[in-house]
Amino acid sequence: MSPRTLYDKIWDEHLVATRADGTSLIYIDRHLVHEVTSPQAFEGLVLAGRALRRPGNILSVADHNVPTADREKGIRDETCRLQVEALEANVKAHGVPYIPLLDDRQGIVHVVGPEQGFTLPGTTVVCGDSHTSTHGAFGALAFGIGTSEVEHVMATQTLPQRRSKNLRVRFDGALPPGTGAKDMALRLIGQIGTAGGTGCVMEYTGSAVRGLSLEGRMTLCNMSIEGGARAGLVAPDDTTFAYVAGRPLAPKGALWDAAVAHWRTLTSDPEAAFDQEVVVDLRGLAPQVTWGTSPQWVTDITGRVPDPAQARTADERDAILRALEYMGLEPGTPMEAIGIQVAFIGSCTNGRIEDLREAALVARGRKVAQGVRALVVPGSGLVKKQAEAEGLDRIFLEAGFEWRQPGCSMCLGMNEDRLEAGVRCASTSNRNFEGRQGRGSRTHLVSPAMAAAAAVTGHFTDVRRMLEN
Amino acid sequence: MMPFTTLTGIAAPLLRANVDTDLIIPKQFLTTLVRSGLGRHLFDELRHDPEGREVPDFVLNREPYRNATILLSGPNFGCGSSREHAPWALLDFGIRCVVAPSFADIFFNNCFSNGVLPVVLPAETIARLAAEAGPLTVDLSTQTVSGSGCGFRFEIEAARKAALLEGMDEIKRSEANLSEIEAYETRRRVEAPWLAVGGC
Repeated sequence: MSPRTLYDKIWDEHLVATRADGTSLIYIDRHLVHEVTSPQAFEGLVLAGRALRRPGNILSVADHNVPTADREKGIRDETCRLQVEALEANVKAHGVPYIPLLDDRQGIVHVVGPEQGFTLPGTTVVCGDSHTSTHGAFGALAFGIGTSEVEHVMATQTLPQRRSKNLRVRFDGALPPGTGAKDMALRLIGQIGTAGGTGCVMEYTGSAVRGLSLEGRMTLCNMSIEGGARAGLVAPDDTTFAYVAGRPLAPKGALWDAAVAHWRTLTSDPEAAFDQEVVVDLRGLAPQVTWGTSPQWVTDITGRVPDPAQARTADERDAILRALEYMGLEPGTPMEAIGIQVAFIGSCTNGRIEDLREAALVARGRKVAQGVRALVVPGSGLVKKQAEAEGLDRIFLEAGFEWRQPGCSMCLGMNEDRLEAGVRCASTSNRNFEGRQGRGSRTHLVSPAMAAAAAVTGHFTDVRRMLEN
Repeated sequence: MMPFTTLTGIAAPLLRANVDTDLIIPKQFLTTLVRSGLGRHLFDELRHDPEGREVPDFVLNREPYRNATILLSGPNFGCGSSREHAPWALLDFGIRCVVAPSFADIFFNNCFSNGVLPVVLPAETIARLAAEAGPLTVDLSTQTVSGSGCGFRFEIEAARKAALLEGMDEIKRSEANLSEIEAYETRRRVEAPWLAVGGC
């Protein structure tokens, strides 16, 4: 057999049929379901008189619009409550495994799946959510789908697919102190643009990727979609197996051994051909901060807001002008001179235990700056419990951060955690689009350490200086 | 799914890059339990001020674009969230075809699930179409977009084209592969027994 990439191998293993028109039917092993993108899918199945083919291959949980405080008292917003109730009624009617809202395991689908051992190397994972790319950190082919496709997977456990191109992202050099997976992701997107990976599955390689924990790899893969890619992949290795071992839904005993033996074969062959390659030089990488309304508009913390006059094209100049107007920024302003009103630490990008540890390291012994509201929203109830066992909640609370209940929260502001117009936020989430965190909101994407640094100083601050002290 | 054959109508120009799905349909409208009714919230934050009044300058608030059935836009249209509410909102407003130099992957797929035709044409061509005074005609069978004084051919994958022309039910189509799906599952139970899940 000719040399194959990791993506090729997973694809080949899941090919059910190649149809006359050239499309392929791909088997879906794992399906994550949440309240926002599933009601119309369940409705469609019922209307067509179709049953779910493998309800046991689904894991469902409410995360997008759930309150992150006082949830024991119920969901106040009626439309949100109705949507969660619809999910509960649907999963009950169709026999789909569900983690209830008040269960310790509840959280963001992309935190919960890996945590429960539902996400396994070499599997295909889908969810009606674009950040499904997160699960690529395990060497799983994971991608976001629309609601019609959710219905399709429920009915057939397959999806018609076109083969993507193979794009290898090679990170050269080691991660400098004070930087992490989020900075790698933002640097990459700044380099290739938000459409740079369109039509591709990106495989992340290089010793810096190997050196990342699973949490870091999830952050990196999570942002693949912001680079336009269908999915991101990191080949599974001992770090992966150590993370998965012993998780509630992970295989045990002889099955575990057989699984690991297979998973070790899931790497790109040395001679495998990639359609494209991107090299990202990590030498000299500084903490990254976005300044615009697209994740590609990013610079070093030591940098400045760009001057539209230096744009390469008229279209680009107009786009930058519009972004700066929306963001309320003047060209040439040093990034460190930009003040914030809110810091948000959480989301499927940066809501895991390591992210909270990283932020707590900066928050420890400091105080949230006057006039700043800082929120910490753990990615799941289990992350919250772990953090509390480590005393991270006390560090945050003593520093003046809010310690909240798990959910997607202010990443997209479907619940009450929303920004007012004109409010500037240092956010560990994944999108700085216009209106993303609330109408007129101004989002700057950063790492957890950088969000904590901005929270305690009141403006974007080079966290490397704070870590030295 | 509704078939797409030909469409003649007003084409509204929204010529900016990276129109994301948050912009197309903001999150506060995603709590709906149905597919319909999102048209009035299409591009809500561009179309309406915070008090809900129309923003007069916005293209869809101007004549003749209020009745647009075609949207002309910039590269990477539909990037961001996977929300199928984006094509649902376009469709509910009356837009059945988006013409852009490129599309984001998930949005592109979601269009085909809903009988919305995404047409890929170069930015210069789109600028010429935007300069047309009258309506445009999109003909899927001949793969052309034309105005009174110009016509352009676009490319589309044959399988996608056939599915749209017929208004094909994709699930029904995959159900035709049932025996292969069953054979695959049987084989995988032997080859990868660790994939069996017990639920939670």
